Amino acid sequence: MSFLTAENMTGGYGAADILHDCTITAEEGEIAVIVGPNGAGKSTAMKAVFGMLDIHTGSVKLDGEDITKLSPQARVAKGMAFVPQTNNVFPTISVEENLEMGAFLREDDISKTMEQVYELFPILKDKRRQNAGELSGGQRQQVAVGRALMTQPKLLMLDEPTAGVSPIVMDELFDRIIEVARSGISILMVEQNARQALNIADKGYVLVQGRNKFTDTGEALLANPEVRKSFLGG
Amino acid sequence: MEGMEILNALAVFSNYVLVPALTYGSQLALGALGVTLIYGVLRFSNFAHGDTMAFGTMVVILFTWLFQSWGISFGPLPTALLALPFGILVCIALVLLSDKFVYRFYRRKKAAPVIFMIASMGVMFVMNGLVRFIISPKDIQFRDGERFIIKAREFKQMFGLDEGVAIKVTQGITVVIAIVVVIALFWFLNRTRTGKSMRAFSDNEDLALLSGINPDKVVMITWMIAAALATIAGTLYGLDKSFKAFTYFMLLLPIFASAIVGGLGSPLGAIAGGYLIAFTEIMLTYAYKKVAEYMVPGDEWEADSLMQLLSTDYKFAVSFMILLLVLLFRPTGIFKGKSV
Amino acid sequence: MSWMRNVICFSIMILMIVGVGYFQSWNVAWGIINLCLISAIMALGVNIQWGYAGLLNVGIMGFAALGGVAALLISVEPVPEAWAAGGWGTVLSLLIGAVTVVAAIFIYKGLPKGFLRTLIMLVVCIGGFLLMRSIFDPATEAIEKVNPASTGYLGGLGLPIILAWPVGGLLAAGAAWIVGKITLGLRSDYLAIATLGISEIIVALIKHEDWLTRGVKNVSGLPRPVPYEIDLQQASWFIEMTAKYGLDTTSFSSIFVKICYAALFAVVLLILIWFSEKALKSPWGRMMRAIRDNEVSANAMGKDVKARHLQVFILGSAIVGIAGAMLTTLDGQMTPVAYNPLRFTFVIWVMVIVGGSGNNWGAVLGGFLVWFCWVEAEPLGQWLMTALTSGMADDSGIKIHLLESAAHMRLMTMGIILLLVMRFSPRGILPEK
Repeated sequence: MSFLTAENMTGGYGAADILHDCTITAEEGEIAVIVGPNGAGKSTAMKAVFGMLDIHTGSVKLDGEDITKLSPQARVAKGMAFVPQTNNVFPTISVEENLEMGAFLREDDISKTMEQVYELFPILKDKRRQNAGELSGGQRQQVAVGRALMTQPKLLMLDEPTAGVSPIVMDELFDRIIEVARSGISILMVEQNARQALNIADKGYVLVQGRNKFTDTGEALLANPEVRKSFLGG
Repeated sequence: MEGMEILNALAVFSNYVLVPALTYGSQLALGALGVTLIYGVLRFSNFAHGDTMAFGTMVVILFTWLFQSWGISFGPLPTALLALPFGILVCIALVLLSDKFVYRFYRRKKAAPVIFMIASMGVMFVMNGLVRFIISPKDIQFRDGERFIIKAREFKQMFGLDEGVAIKVTQGITVVIAIVVVIALFWFLNRTRTGKSMRAFSDNEDLALLSGINPDKVVMITWMIAAALATIAGTLYGLDKSFKAFTYFMLLLPIFASAIVGGLGSPLGAIAGGYLIAFTEIMLTYAYKKVAEYMVPGDEWEADSLMQLLSTDYKFAVSFMILLLVLLFRPTGIFKGKSV
Repeated sequence: MSWMRNVICFSIMILMIVGVGYFQSWNVAWGIINLCLISAIMALGVNIQWGYAGLLNVGIMGFAALGGVAALLISVEPVPEAWAAGGWGTVLSLLIGAVTVVAAIFIYKGLPKGFLRTLIMLVVCIGGFLLMRSIFDPATEAIEKVNPASTGYLGGLGLPIILAWPVGGLLAAGAAWIVGKITLGLRSDYLAIATLGISEIIVALIKHEDWLTRGVKNVSGLPRPVPYEIDLQQASWFIEMTAKYGLDTTSFSSIFVKICYAALFAVVLLILIWFSEKALKSPWGRMMRAIRDNEVSANAMGKDVKARHLQVFILGSAIVGIAGAMLTTLDGQMTPVAYNPLRFTFVIWVMVIVGGSGNNWGAVLGGFLVWFCWVEAEPLGQWLMTALTSGMADDSGIKIHLLESAAHMRLMTMGIILLLVMRFSPRGILPEK
């Protein structure tokens, strides 16, 4: 039994289904990556896991508990955290307040978690009084991840965290994500930069038209000639 | 003697422009803060805000009359200040009811802002009707206690000038209360968890939901603060001038203008906008004859006109003009509020 | 079966008015019909803006008032003494004002951004303003001194008042152009607030520019497009007609005048409805609704949303202007203090929402129904209050207060109707097809 098991999900927005019998799992402390062509339903799959759209078949289990019926907010309380692709910070409040808001549901002392986030992303400590909207794209992504980490999640979900950032920043961000996973947090990530993402992935999912096309370790997928040919550009 | 002339000019200017504009600006700022907070969190321009002010003030007046009939007074200060907390509470209750029965439905449906705006017009009608029904549409004076902090005559004696500056109690109260309220509000918004969650919600609603911020609570607190601000602003305005349901409805324009000029959704902007509108309004409609006569050297010179840029009849046209200028050149307002 | 619904609803409406005629008086009933027709036209104009394009106009009062000004300026006789005293000075000063504005625009567009441009603009604006005022002030003062008890203003053109209806539409269109040009394309609230502002300013101008409109001294006795009661009562054909049907000449003369007005108004309403329906069903109307329903995709498809919105906003405001001119014609006098935003703006809104936004017939029905309720709410409210308080002692303070306040129930009723319709029947009585 994996830490996260989202099985046989079928569903979408409104009438037409986007996901068809899609299964995603993630292990404790490991990185799972969803890749695939545009419109394959990658983000939709992640949203389904987080409860942001209705699925009419299948189930989502977190740590053995069935959470299929829970709202996104309730899933946050269960230990899930989600970083949307865009609009993922509070732009006119300070970096520190962004982090505080991430921990809104927590009643205990959050200063330790905040220290950990600052250790992970030292630049944020320097800019903690600055408004998040004034930061660069890469720094904003760090704030977004940091905000999500403030809930002390057991599963961190990232929707294309490297969209629109430079290659150097991307590598840096991936390093941080590996670091987060090492600390025992499961990571589920949707990525456009398939090759780099599979490089760091313990497990990879290739989705095509809402269905699981290939599922294997990141390494194996990178080595798979068919995957290379169709999705990694040779 | 040259120095005296300038001081006299300054005294005239303070008496007729500076002090009244500071007072009026504080009243507008408090009103605009309410509008801007509602805009930030609920994302619509609340047309019922003027009538919320009227309703809150009406309750304050009713309690003032009750206290007066019991023989309770506040010494040199207006009794209305004692009644203010009660007015705030009743106004909060009414506003929360309006949210429960009107706005919440559209929030659940995720209706467009323009629908909220029309709904707020409905609420405006009901509140306006309530006020007229309960206290009548007449002009009402409810000020009591001392009238002046410093009289013009005393001022003249004190400084040995020909011109005096009179400061009314209501003007002093307005400025002091406005400062206290603004400090309290900013402390709440910037230092408390709930206040920060309000700002976060106003910034990015979806992310606030993901962070576990309870939208119903944020909305409720926003309404409560807006109702309190409206009651305070309305009471101060009524004490300073007078209470009339229709006048309060008409205050919508300068209040909206203040909020937009400052940048909708920005509390700091609302305050700046309030003073900007008040100062321009009063400065453009003030007759500078006397000030000019003091300023021009020599005793003989007399201005042949009032030296007034705009007739006082067009006071609120000023707020409209500023509004248009801001929309033309900087649609997000001075302090960069939310756009589109 | 939407036409069946139309027929049934309008039949009920007619029955209600007939009921008033039967139980109250026919004079009152025809009075209600006249104002219902004008309200229907205003609602039609607002419906074009809101129903077709989703534009929120909260300045209906101002556009209606411009129509009123047109009625005044077209119909009354000019006052030569006033023109001699300061007419040309006033015209000159207004020209200077216009030139200043144009010059400022040219400077803004022509010069590079910077301190110099700001400085020149300021100098031109302030200089132009002071120059204008130096001519304008004495000129208007002189005009207002000419026989202030009866004139004290420039008067009008002395043309038939019917001409004022299209002119009122043009004036309103001009004001709409300015407001629309600035606020359309920005957030929807800005249009609402700007229209609220412009309407207050228009009414303030009418109230305070005595040289133009006599201000709060009012102008009464505007010429009529229909016969006068007194003439009718002496006309032999009218006396014969009333005798033939056994009617009282005096009371029927006033009804007859109202019927004449109603006929004129009905013609205008029918013409406007015909055009509105044509427009709604044309490619233009379909495009408007496409823009309203999805502005983003319409924009993406290369539609010039802002220009379309400006068009529809001007058209709708012009119709309101026409209705405003008709209203002043019906009143026979220009009374600036009568322009009250609650009555002229928000009640019209209730009409559009209640009737069914997006549907022209709905707007017309809303105009009729809401005006009917607005008028009849007062006697009903009085009656209700009297009934409610009948058990109380005559000198009871509460009773006196309740009876006095009954009139204010109107506003509350309007608000409650608006909220209920929006909530439970948001598409109105006659929904858009």
